[in-house]
Amino acid sequence: MTLIAIAAETAAQHGSEGGAFPPFDPWHFPSQIFFLTIIFTALYLLLSRFILPRLGGVLEHRESTIANNLDEAARMNDQAVEAQNAVAVSIAQAQANARETAGKARLKIDQSIAIETAKIDAELDTKLSNAEARISDLRDEAMKNVESIATDAASNILAKFDTNAPKADIGNAVKSALVGS
Amino acid sequence: MLEKFRGVGQVAIDPIHQFQVQKWLDLGTFGNQHLYFTNATGFMLLSSALIVLLFGYAASRGKIVPSRIQSIGELGYGFIADMIRSIAGEEGLKFFPFVFTLFFFIFAANVLGLVPYAFTTTSHIAVTLPLALLVISVVIIYGFYKNGFRFLKLFMPSGAPWWVYFLLIPIEVISFLVRPLTLSLRLFGNMLAGHIVLKLFAGFAVSLFAAGGMYILLAPLAFVMGVVMNALEFLVAGLQAYIFAMLTCVYINDALHPAH
Amino acid sequence: MDGNIVEGLKLVGAGLAAIGMNGAAIGVGRIFASYIEAAMRNPSAAPSQTGNLFVGMALAEAMGIFSLVIAMIILFG
Repeated sequence: MTLIAIAAETAAQHGSEGGAFPPFDPWHFPSQIFFLTIIFTALYLLLSRFILPRLGGVLEHRESTIANNLDEAARMNDQAVEAQNAVAVSIAQAQANARETAGKARLKIDQSIAIETAKIDAELDTKLSNAEARISDLRDEAMKNVESIATDAASNILAKFDTNAPKADIGNAVKSALVGS
Repeated sequence: MLEKFRGVGQVAIDPIHQFQVQKWLDLGTFGNQHLYFTNATGFMLLSSALIVLLFGYAASRGKIVPSRIQSIGELGYGFIADMIRSIAGEEGLKFFPFVFTLFFFIFAANVLGLVPYAFTTTSHIAVTLPLALLVISVVIIYGFYKNGFRFLKLFMPSGAPWWVYFLLIPIEVISFLVRPLTLSLRLFGNMLAGHIVLKLFAGFAVSLFAAGGMYILLAPLAFVMGVVMNALEFLVAGLQAYIFAMLTCVYINDALHPAH
Repeated sequence: MDGNIVEGLKLVGAGLAAIGMNGAAIGVGRIFASYIEAAMRNPSAAPSQTGNLFVGMALAEAMGIFSLVIAMIILFG
């Protein structure tokens, strides 16, 4: 309430001064508008001619720099990928080479192994056939001995029983018995 | 009791005193008008000089990695550019320096006015009305320059039955003509009311304290309220500059694309 | 009780004119309420509408400022 009373009083005072409320007081309007025009125009010209283009230029420059750097980075990345691919290709080639070499070596070794094996086989074959021939000779000889021993034994047994038989008959009997057994 | 309040001093309690224009320099008569260099002019010059200093410094650096002040300048640049782009499109960027000047001129004046004992230039209708008229004349002149008489389509929203136009066109014309008035009065009224409230609470604190007795206990309350109001006024100072610039963009968009 | 009756009636008139600010207060409050309500429903769309929010707020507020200016004119004019 007090405040309103004071406000009313000051209002009345201002009213009595004949100008009242400063914003509605017309005496300063011309100078306000005049200086506003000058200052605003000056500010506009300063900003639009000198300051804003430079500020915009700086921003653009920064953007282009960033874009350039990004391009550069992308390019380097591409290079790196390329180099990686090249490395992969050469590795693959080296592996293929190694495989080929290994295959050749294995072939060579296989061949030599086959030759050696054949040689040894042949040797063993000859040794085996020799051995077999010797074995059959020995058996034949042994068989001959068996016949004579059996004939002798048979004649001896017959002599014990006091019977005589011609040697040829005995031999034949033994031979047939041996063949039959 | 009234005498007690009055005893503290008229200046502290009078919330209107801050809007008083004082003559600093008599410049003489031009035509039939008498011009003065006033405190309003002084503070307008000061706020403009601050803008030029800030952005001039920011622009003069021009480093790829910006310093603090340079980033502030660039932030302001990007803020206005984004606002225009979002409302009026890429075409609206022709008006970028205009909107930029307008926004920072009002913003600097509003903020500078919050400094105690400073004069708020934008709290005068003699400043805000010319600014609003400037905006509207730019819109009208550019609208006719670019669209010719198709600019008048602005007053004829498409897609209404023909008889509605008898009602619609006057409404549209009036709402267009009233724009400079609303634009200027909004800024003027906000600054005026806000600063009156600020000074009222500050005056309250002083007079309650001076009144003595139990009133001293109430004085800090008024003071805290004044601080809170000050914070609110900072918000309003930015917001009103933003709204002024934004509505300028909206009107410029009307001039660019009248058939909406 | 002394003083000019016209001065007293001026105060009453100014007070009555300032009632018009009620409408602006309600309008601005409603705008922000609706904005926040909508922003809670669809937060991703909220930033794109801040411009409209402030334009609407400015338009609603202008009406209140009108009544304030009228009150000032009555009081001091």
